Amino acid sequence: MIDQALLEKTLTTATGRGGEFAEIFVEDRQSSGALLDDDRIEELSSGRSRGAGIRVLVGDSTGFAHTADLTERGLLTAAKAAADAARDGSGGVKTVDLSTQSVTTPSPVSIYPDSVAKQRKVELLNLANDAARGVGDAISQVSVGYGDVRRRIQIANSDGLLTGDDQVKTRFSISCVANGDAGMQTGRESVGHSMGFELFDQYDVTEVARKAAQRALTKLLARPAPSGEVTTVIGKGGGGVLFHEACGHGLEADHVAKQSTVFAGRVGELVASPLVTLIDDGTMAHEWGAFAIDDEGRPAQRNVLIEDGILIDFMWDELRARAEGRASSGNGRRQSYKHLPMVRMTNTYIANGETDPADIIADTDSGIFVAQLGGGQVNTVNGDFVFGMTEAYLIENGEITEPIREGNLIGNGPEILTSIDALGNDFEMGSPGTCGKDGQGVPVGDGTPTLRVPALTVGGTAA
Amino acid sequence: MLDDLYALGDRVVALAKPGEQIEAVVVNETDTEVRVFEGDVESFTSATSQGIGIRVINDQRQGFAWAGSLDPAVVESTLSEARDNATFGSIDTGLALTEPDGVEQAELDLYDERVNQFATDRKIELALELEAITKDRDPRVMLVESVDFADSVSEGVVVSTKGIRVGGRDSGSYVTATVIAGGGDDTQVGFGYSVNRDPGQLDLEYASKMAVERSTRLLGAVKPPTERLTVVLDPMVTSQFLGIIASTLSGEAVLKGRSLFADRLGETVAAPTITLVDDPTNPKAFTATEADGEGLATRRNVLIDGGSLNKFVHNSYTGRRLNTASTGNAVRGFSSTPGVGTMALSLVPGKRAQAELIASIDNGVLIQGVSGLHSGVNPVSGDFSTGADGLRIRNGELAEPLREFTIGSTLQRMLLDVIEVGGDIEWLPSSAAGLSLVVADITLSGA
Repeated sequence: MIDQALLEKTLTTATGRGGEFAEIFVEDRQSSGALLDDDRIEELSSGRSRGAGIRVLVGDSTGFAHTADLTERGLLTAAKAAADAARDGSGGVKTVDLSTQSVTTPSPVSIYPDSVAKQRKVELLNLANDAARGVGDAISQVSVGYGDVRRRIQIANSDGLLTGDDQVKTRFSISCVANGDAGMQTGRESVGHSMGFELFDQYDVTEVARKAAQRALTKLLARPAPSGEVTTVIGKGGGGVLFHEACGHGLEADHVAKQSTVFAGRVGELVASPLVTLIDDGTMAHEWGAFAIDDEGRPAQRNVLIEDGILIDFMWDELRARAEGRASSGNGRRQSYKHLPMVRMTNTYIANGETDPADIIADTDSGIFVAQLGGGQVNTVNGDFVFGMTEAYLIENGEITEPIREGNLIGNGPEILTSIDALGNDFEMGSPGTCGKDGQGVPVGDGTPTLRVPALTVGGTAA
Repeated sequence: MLDDLYALGDRVVALAKPGEQIEAVVVNETDTEVRVFEGDVESFTSATSQGIGIRVINDQRQGFAWAGSLDPAVVESTLSEARDNATFGSIDTGLALTEPDGVEQAELDLYDERVNQFATDRKIELALELEAITKDRDPRVMLVESVDFADSVSEGVVVSTKGIRVGGRDSGSYVTATVIAGGGDDTQVGFGYSVNRDPGQLDLEYASKMAVERSTRLLGAVKPPTERLTVVLDPMVTSQFLGIIASTLSGEAVLKGRSLFADRLGETVAAPTITLVDDPTNPKAFTATEADGEGLATRRNVLIDGGSLNKFVHNSYTGRRLNTASTGNAVRGFSSTPGVGTMALSLVPGKRAQAELIASIDNGVLIQGVSGLHSGVNPVSGDFSTGADGLRIRNGELAEPLREFTIGSTLQRMLLDVIEVGGDIEWLPSSAAGLSLVVADITLSGA
């Protein structure tokens, strides 16, 4: 995108006032979306964003500037601004010679979405709308969204690294409202992968739509969720959110460096049930959080964080890895060229267990079964975390019975992790997610087999 | 710079073909952000961002495109993308750009020149000073995890073929401190801030005290037993709930059958002490603004009046579709078409301070913070349950700290169960003001 000579000149300028490390991150993002709501194709939209972020490290300080002006003048102005911000006054010119590092993407694209006629995207929305409304007269409203994004990035740094990636993601989501005697309920389903329009060879949008509609209908019959501590069985797939919140964030090296996580200093210790092996893997082909290189130019890696319950390692970005004299684990990510990178998860999942999930349910006298989870949030300092349940049922005498209404569950990460007492053999990845941290959102995946926690606090309203 | 934005908007709109309606939103923003840690600058960011969003309505179909650049070639291709997108929309007779509606803009003083004159070194000094006073404030402070200073100046215009030509400029700055208190097995985090249009008037003492108090007072927190009781929502918590309640009163939710209050205008939906107002013309509001996302003047709208549902908020599209008019509540950035939303909410305050409210409660909980609101509240069904922490109220006084529990009810019931509105209104850095709110019959789920 930017030629090598200009990248070298920019980096030389960036280190012109001292500084141990300088980096330029160039991004060209094109997105398109289509929205159907209230039986109308409301809008097709297209977006384009292009720019560069330049950072300079001096000691423990980072100077950062970004610009949408990718001309020589624009880049050099931003490089000076970043250098000024980090200034240590030692001066001296560092010459930067870049050598290209080629990478292989885990997610090759067959059909680039911009090569697909817009009319085809509109048709998918209509198909899904009709299918959802066909599920029952109680379905009173349907909204369907299609979106694709192509993100081309280029990264060069003063260590001589020059690399790039071309990341394509496509997603489809549907949400339904069902209207019944006791008010309205909602159902939602989304699919998304790091791939092109071939997503729709893998998924039939009418099936996705029916699933969302059925979920809303089921909830019309739901009774208030129990409140207090109950045995909780988390279904395969989306249950990965539990680990994302319960320990994922707590294993990010920036939290560790500031001692703002309950897991700091605990490498080598048993921090979870021996059933638990937790992996963060940016190389998982076509998953939502996959990439060839992270946003600092490091190749994606498969990192085992917890193995058989023992804490193996944290996740690292360049900044935190440098401070510890080790290598980045490929977890340096940023929302866009306007943001500084930080330690982020990619695809985080629990490795498969051995138990038949049906046996886990049959072995549970009373409790709840959470089939679909919503988002969550964690306080990494004390480990308390919450996540929402958007489809859940009572378990009575070893059987899944009535649906219950939405609510949050709350627990303490370190306590919940050690208490997991059953792990299924039905591993699956969940729906595409966006993880928010310090104001930046990045795409992440998560997954898990069915598992059981003996006591999680359910925030229902039933006395 | 505002003149340049107008000029670009004018140029785009002038390209309209006969019968075509075009609206351009053009923005320019300058930010700096300083983060310090342990006496050093951890990061310093300076940046300028620009963008344009173009909406085209032709033959009663709408299309939209945006770009994060004001480069002429980019703007030109953005317009042609928007035109192309419009050919795929459904025919909708309700679609039209808004015309000026005669409501005059409030004159608000949203830009303070001093933000541009505030030296870089002063910004760093402020952040370092906040870190230092926070560290020394209480021996239980284990670590000041981060201290940020940020300021911004943003300018934007809306220009359309229907005679809209409106723009504005505002400035803002804030400092935040995040504190970890305690040690060993018992650590708690607290957050404090101060916000002002003039960075010279930021109140470091206030921010520091808030962060330290909110972290230290939770030390030793225990998980409470499950019960139904009265809670006092801290102003920051009330502010978050007001935002969710307001989303159920948006004309878009009503139009599309997603509002729990759709057919209830004129009916009692809340306790008589509740009067909910959206007033972006109040200069005290952090999100005060003179014009909405379609360029209409903002105005004071009373949504709930003494417990009775009085009004929904609208942009021009939802107003037209529901046979009423825009209430000046189009909300958007340059990268989206106008939605509908409130901009500066507040409850009309009561008389008593938080301590007096607490003094009237035998057994309850002061809710200091909530987590997982985005996953725990369903604004369509009204069900909510959210993670929380706070302090027990026993015999009219604050007692032991509590954590790892949830509070739950439905939005419908909660509005009716409000016992008292506090007099302690705070204009938070949010689109809703905060005050203490006493709510009965909330389910607390714990051990």
